[in-house]
Amino acid sequence: MRSTSTDFENRGRIIILIFVGVMLAFMARLAFLQLFSEEYDKYADSNAQLKKIIYPERGVIYDRNGKLMVYNQAFYDIMVTPREMKGLDTLEFCSTLKIDRSFFEKRMAEIRNRRLNPGYSSYTPQLFMSQLSVEAYGPLQEKLYRFPGFSITNRSLRRYSRPIAAHALGYVAEVDRKDIEIDAYYIQGDYSGRSGIEKMYEKVLRGEKGVEVLLRDVHGRVKGSYSEGRRDLPPVPGNDLILSLDIDLQEYGEKLMENKRGAIEAIEPKTGEILAYVSAPSYDPSLLVGSRRMKHYLELESSPHKVFLNRPIQSFYPPGSTFKPAQGLVLLQEKVITASTKYACQGGYYFLGLKLGCHNHRSPLNLPEAVSASCNAYFAAAYRGLIDHDNYSSVQEAYGRWRELICSMGFGSRLGVDLPYEQSGWIPDTQYYNRIYGQRGWRGATIISNAIGQGEILATPLQMANYCAMICNKGWYITPHIVREVKGQATDSSFVKKHVSGIDPVHFEPIIEGMRGAVTSPMGTSRGVAVPDIEVCGKTGTAENPGVDHSIFMCFAPKDDPKICLLVFIENGGFGATWAVPMASLMLEQYLKGSIAPNRKWMETRLLNANLMNVEPKE
Amino acid sequence: MNQKNKTLSLWKAVDIQSLFIYLLLITVGWLTIYSASYNFDSVAIFDLSSTSGKQLIWIAVSVLVGISILIIDARFYYYLSYNLYIALLFLLLLTILIAPEIKGSRSWLVFGPLSIQPAEFAKFATALALSRFLADYGYNIKDTKRIVLLFALLLIPVGMIFLQKETGTALVFLAFLLVFYREGMSGLLLFVGACLLSYFVVGLRFGEQTLWEHTSMGNFSVLLLIALVMSGLFFRYRKKDNKTWLILLLANILPVLAALLLNRYTKWGFDIAVLQLVLLSLSVLYALFQSIRINSRIPALIALFTVLSTAFLFGIDYTFDRLLQPHQQTRILVLLGTMDDPSGVGYNVNQAKISIGSGGFWGKGYLNGTQTKLKYVPEQDTDFIFCTIGEEFGFAGSAMLLIIYSYLLIRLIFMANRQRFVFARIYGYCVASLFFVHLLVNVGMVLGLMPVIGIPLPFLSYGGSSLLGFTILLFIFLRLDADNLRRH
Repeated sequence: MRSTSTDFENRGRIIILIFVGVMLAFMARLAFLQLFSEEYDKYADSNAQLKKIIYPERGVIYDRNGKLMVYNQAFYDIMVTPREMKGLDTLEFCSTLKIDRSFFEKRMAEIRNRRLNPGYSSYTPQLFMSQLSVEAYGPLQEKLYRFPGFSITNRSLRRYSRPIAAHALGYVAEVDRKDIEIDAYYIQGDYSGRSGIEKMYEKVLRGEKGVEVLLRDVHGRVKGSYSEGRRDLPPVPGNDLILSLDIDLQEYGEKLMENKRGAIEAIEPKTGEILAYVSAPSYDPSLLVGSRRMKHYLELESSPHKVFLNRPIQSFYPPGSTFKPAQGLVLLQEKVITASTKYACQGGYYFLGLKLGCHNHRSPLNLPEAVSASCNAYFAAAYRGLIDHDNYSSVQEAYGRWRELICSMGFGSRLGVDLPYEQSGWIPDTQYYNRIYGQRGWRGATIISNAIGQGEILATPLQMANYCAMICNKGWYITPHIVREVKGQATDSSFVKKHVSGIDPVHFEPIIEGMRGAVTSPMGTSRGVAVPDIEVCGKTGTAENPGVDHSIFMCFAPKDDPKICLLVFIENGGFGATWAVPMASLMLEQYLKGSIAPNRKWMETRLLNANLMNVEPKE
Repeated sequence: MNQKNKTLSLWKAVDIQSLFIYLLLITVGWLTIYSASYNFDSVAIFDLSSTSGKQLIWIAVSVLVGISILIIDARFYYYLSYNLYIALLFLLLLTILIAPEIKGSRSWLVFGPLSIQPAEFAKFATALALSRFLADYGYNIKDTKRIVLLFALLLIPVGMIFLQKETGTALVFLAFLLVFYREGMSGLLLFVGACLLSYFVVGLRFGEQTLWEHTSMGNFSVLLLIALVMSGLFFRYRKKDNKTWLILLLANILPVLAALLLNRYTKWGFDIAVLQLVLLSLSVLYALFQSIRINSRIPALIALFTVLSTAFLFGIDYTFDRLLQPHQQTRILVLLGTMDDPSGVGYNVNQAKISIGSGGFWGKGYLNGTQTKLKYVPEQDTDFIFCTIGEEFGFAGSAMLLIIYSYLLIRLIFMANRQRFVFARIYGYCVASLFFVHLLVNVGMVLGLMPVIGIPLPFLSYGGSSLLGFTILLFIFLRLDADNLRRH
């Protein structure tokens, strides 16, 4: 076994070359990491420190008179850092929190499941249980040091001063996976506005999260603040909101609408500010707060009355006779008629076998009278006169002009209210009729239902209320909005700008006169709205539908210096005068006088006792 | 020569340099373990319940065992090598059967407070057995029976360690291929094996990453490697002034560079791998043309190797994506460290890079590392101990450590080459190769160049079995070498 010179001696040198080559490569890599790349320094910095998020206070919400509507209350979230749980006495932990072992195991499994919890890391605190009350937190706090890996973050939850305005305010809930993907600001366990102004104004309400930079010890426990808190970033509280809502009017409107389906919109015409935003049936917004949110949500969701439908902006109906003033304005603007033009009415409008019935009133009527009496024949005849008029080269041009003017009053597209999920209603365009009837297949008589706000025309209650404001402003409106002011921020310019309609202001006189007549004249349809000492103008409407008609009423007061425009919409409410008109009357009185006169209390009682919930639409 | 004289001259004959490096490394390791497990409550360095305290006991045991090894007669290791090997195989078998599962592996034998990992001792036993076998019979590819026996000697312990789920330790046995190469195994075999292994690792390691969204980082890197290897082979087998290798190198590199710039600075992005494939195809055609022109088989063989390498790359992709079950894919990707989520395996590597990178040139000072101290780096006193050195002693300290290791490796090869007995020479190469592979895998992993395979850094990592195993491995060679000098 003596070694003789082998053939492979130079291979020893090759092996040494391999050794040296690898070592040189490692040194080059070391040099790259330690000498030439600064980013690792930065990482190391952010790594050695525990960045604890400090949640800002969400902005609170006041009504137009500075009365508090929405505020915050502190609650506690339990966080767990799975990597640091070693030595946890699970039994004691569970008994302190009054949870059972299986719940504990289930929660831990959910936290570790990356599909349910995409941001999971065993090194960072994960949400274990949320929204413990102060009472439940007490016993835990005392023993917390004995539960390795567990920590507490305090958060605040929304509280409401009165159980009202749920559809306007919306609600706040924990962000889901999609929210986190869309906006990197959020991390798992954060809250954000889901609907209403909580959603619309999420970015101003939420504020900016702060950071407390802490140093951890080897057990992962916080050892103290890093460089004496010089790197801390205080949270920026959210901005407070001042709403345009009048909390008392809002509450009164919701009380009146109890056991009814529908909406009440009140707008201050000069500013476009929404004074009341009632969507019925409603719910107590505090039901959607806290750990029982989901349960309540599902209960409300399953109601047959579509509680979550935001009726003022998401439902749309034919405006019915409330559309007649708009019709009159277009006719005047296009010089098809003058205020004194008269049409005869023989209890309805008949043309080539077509019949639009009318109420019993004297005949012939001029324009203001026709508005007061809501004469179908008048508007049908005049609308045909417009569409088939010789001034236009074609039916299409006439209809196009009509549509343009109607849309200038805020119909047919979203108004841009500061609430999410607004619907646009519908005013059909020329192509629509061309498609249905053919290029030459239609004329005034074909689309005569438009004359009285039926047929294809659809509007949201908010569009109707806004249109009412446009009438009393004699030709302009400001986009309705529910937030009057974001504290510490300039007013949104889109809520100052006047939208001017295509109608000459002079044409509004006869229309307003007609709406006043509807309240005062013996043949008026809205006499029930009269409020002592106040000049009210109004217009009833009935939206035909397969079941009992929806009743609609719009009005404004006082006539010469309008302070409030109202739109009352009651699903299956029958003829407007029965429910919608007296309801509007009480709302006006409440807002303009502050209370209901004793001699009108009977009216209030009658409305409060009315239950129209079970008047189901017939199929 | 009486007994006393013999012993005295033995101490003189032991290689002082290696002995010194050994003592230096275990001291540095011990101090580093103390630093890595040091916390703000400042546990005493000699506290026997702390990791540094326990390691101190192991150091004492190792030194005693080392001295004993030096005292035993050198021939003992030659004659008892097969016996030791078989004893270790029994121990490995026993471990498979009775070991409890600890951290996902079944490699620990537990005796009360003491646990040992027989796989760590299998290294020196296998080294002894292989050295004896090669010394007795040589590496003769024509003697099929002997070659099969040789590889069986190597693969039996490897298989048993695999069964203990200690993949990392099993892979370390690849080190013996270097020894086989030294003793006559075809270099081409080693080369081809190294190529395919690196294509496999690189291809999957970077498979998920993309270069400017069009190109797979894995495909790009491997195709680049294939092109480099191709021109490298032409260079190796070139005939005098033949510049084919240069032509191929430039033809494969320059267009790719242009494509990289195009992807980086303009919006005309495309899959660079397609371009590389086109260039490689052209290169292969050119090689075939050369083969005919100069009437030699070599360019054609290189072309064939290139084609096979490329097929191998896409074969991995195909096998991986189509044939493997998702959980098998995950297991491989986790091993390679591509599951790059911040809390998974990628977390470790990322944290390791951060803590080393934050060390700078001089480091943060002993006991002053924040990264390792605050437990951001897992396994900081075992497999990731290099991080603590990198963070606290910076480039100066960690480069110095690598130099010390390199010196030890070269010294061992030098010592191996001076052995008059083939057995001792081969054993010396075994020791050096084993240390080298441990460094390669461990430091490579910590620096983010290698897949995540948990094996210790020799003499530094915390752990009694590995320290004792490495000590025995080294000291047997020191004894053989001392004997070699004494009987000169």
